[in-house]
Amino acid sequence: MHASYPVMAGDFTIAGNASSQIKRTLKQLDVPPLTIKRIVVATFEAEVNVIAHSYGGEVICDIEPDKVVVQVVDTGPGIPDLELAMTEGYSTASDELREMGYGAGMGLPNIKKNSDKLDIYTAAGDHTHITMTFMLGGA
Amino acid sequence: MAETLFHHTLAVRQDRCKSCTHCMKRCPTGAIRIEGGYARIDGQRCIDCGQCMSVCPHDAMVVEQSTFDQLLTYTWRVAIIPAVLFAQFDDQVTERQVCRALTDCGFTHLYLSETGVDILRTLEADEPEHDTPLISDFCPAVVRLIQLRYPVLLNNLSVLRTPAQMTALLARAELEAEGCLPEETGVFYITPCAAKMAQIKTEGSDDHAIFQGVLNLDSVYNMVQALLAKNKRRYGQETDGAWFHFPVFTRTAVQWSLVKGECPTNGARSLAVDEMHNVIDFLEQLENEDEVNIDFLELDACAQGCVGGILTVRNRFLAAERVRHWSNQLPQELPEELRQRILTYRGVLLPQIHTERAQPKSALRLDEDMGKALHKLEKVREIVKVLPGIDCGLCGAPTCKALAEDIAQSNASIRQCVVLKLKNPKELNSLSRIWGERTPATKALDPAATERHE
Repeated sequence: MHASYPVMAGDFTIAGNASSQIKRTLKQLDVPPLTIKRIVVATFEAEVNVIAHSYGGEVICDIEPDKVVVQVVDTGPGIPDLELAMTEGYSTASDELREMGYGAGMGLPNIKKNSDKLDIYTAAGDHTHITMTFMLGGA
Repeated sequence: MAETLFHHTLAVRQDRCKSCTHCMKRCPTGAIRIEGGYARIDGQRCIDCGQCMSVCPHDAMVVEQSTFDQLLTYTWRVAIIPAVLFAQFDDQVTERQVCRALTDCGFTHLYLSETGVDILRTLEADEPEHDTPLISDFCPAVVRLIQLRYPVLLNNLSVLRTPAQMTALLARAELEAEGCLPEETGVFYITPCAAKMAQIKTEGSDDHAIFQGVLNLDSVYNMVQALLAKNKRRYGQETDGAWFHFPVFTRTAVQWSLVKGECPTNGARSLAVDEMHNVIDFLEQLENEDEVNIDFLELDACAQGCVGGILTVRNRFLAAERVRHWSNQLPQELPEELRQRILTYRGVLLPQIHTERAQPKSALRLDEDMGKALHKLEKVREIVKVLPGIDCGLCGAPTCKALAEDIAQSNASIRQCVVLKLKNPKELNSLSRIWGERTPATKALDPAATERHE
């Protein structure tokens, strides 16, 4: 199953829309609760990243019998130092964002922790494309 | 995954049902369809919350009745009475008079259900490892809602036994110590709740093992009212007389069933949410969150908590006020003598203080096989695009999406869509060839859930 959800930059009121919709679909497919939780948490973090740090983008979800692949693609400006961004606690979030409760520097680390496989394409001045793969055990 | 066969207490009276779709639209688990001119309840999905009953304008939803006859099998007949029962009466009727009437109904021992709160506190019950926030397992409709719709949150659910169960266990232990034979002792729970009744009547359930029977709060109310009317003078003259076997309860205990009644007072952050649609909104939200700054969550399916229960008689706000008024006259601490009485049975009660963790129910899945489920999901998405999206309910399904799901599972046909039929009947024929007709025998619906009243 293939579905995509647009994510607008700067609109925190819609954070969680894409992950909620994916969650509803996964429940109908009877995916184990803990797997659903991992997918929802990772997707939510990625959604917030698009809203907070990019010019906007989309969440693309592909569900197959043995795995769920969630791609989050934005339109820039890319991450200058990916290794640093993957470090727990590191954040480039503005004071304003931190006041809203974001910017704990756990976004990418959390995504990595919750997904079975994580591929990231990014470059400063370009866009960011992350691909999270979640295996559906036993299938 | 082994799933227990749930006993259901709600049924449709076909002689009254006008297939008006009110119940179908209110049902929080999408368990109702209109078929052949009547509402039908899917036993796999129904959580016995009673929302359908409260919204039915034709009194066509009924709760299974239990008679007082069941008391006759036992020599010792224990009533576990919730504070909500007393709250059904106005201030003219004292707690003592209600107790007197219950004794005249045939009960030999009376216990207040909320005594269980004092038992749990005295035993310093702890909660095994769980996700935060901890969600109370007090409301049985909420527990079943989580099993069915929010399985991700099952690890947040409390596994503490409910106060009523603890009271029942204490009652049994005390009676046995007094020399009453266990097989001659029947413990009966009076409840305002259809979901609780369903639990007690489900064979193999925890509640089924603890309670020998259950009585509908409304029929007990009627019985008490009748006795009060008949014995007005006699009951009125008594100043002592019938009372609880465990005579004192704390303020906290009696307030338990009210909204916020369960929220801890020790500074932990807690939240109480009541009424089904609020509970659903909140659970949807909670499921998405990784971390929440709340330690404890009380969820009540009924508005105002148990005083808003489906089998209650009196206005829920007046009832809540009476419970609060009563509780304000009660002590904050349990008298030492009674504390000791609970501690006497510590050895019996403590090992039984926890229940098994609730397991997920998969009644909402499209198919057991992941490949087939995905295929059906694609089909649902295609069908939804064609349907009008106005959720009129005339097809017999609560929403256009629900109809699409029914079609994808061969439980319905696109021909049922009244709007499409009016717009373009020819197109409907070709669409139904693509997506198929409903299979004649609808397996999903439980015929036992529909009563026929001729």
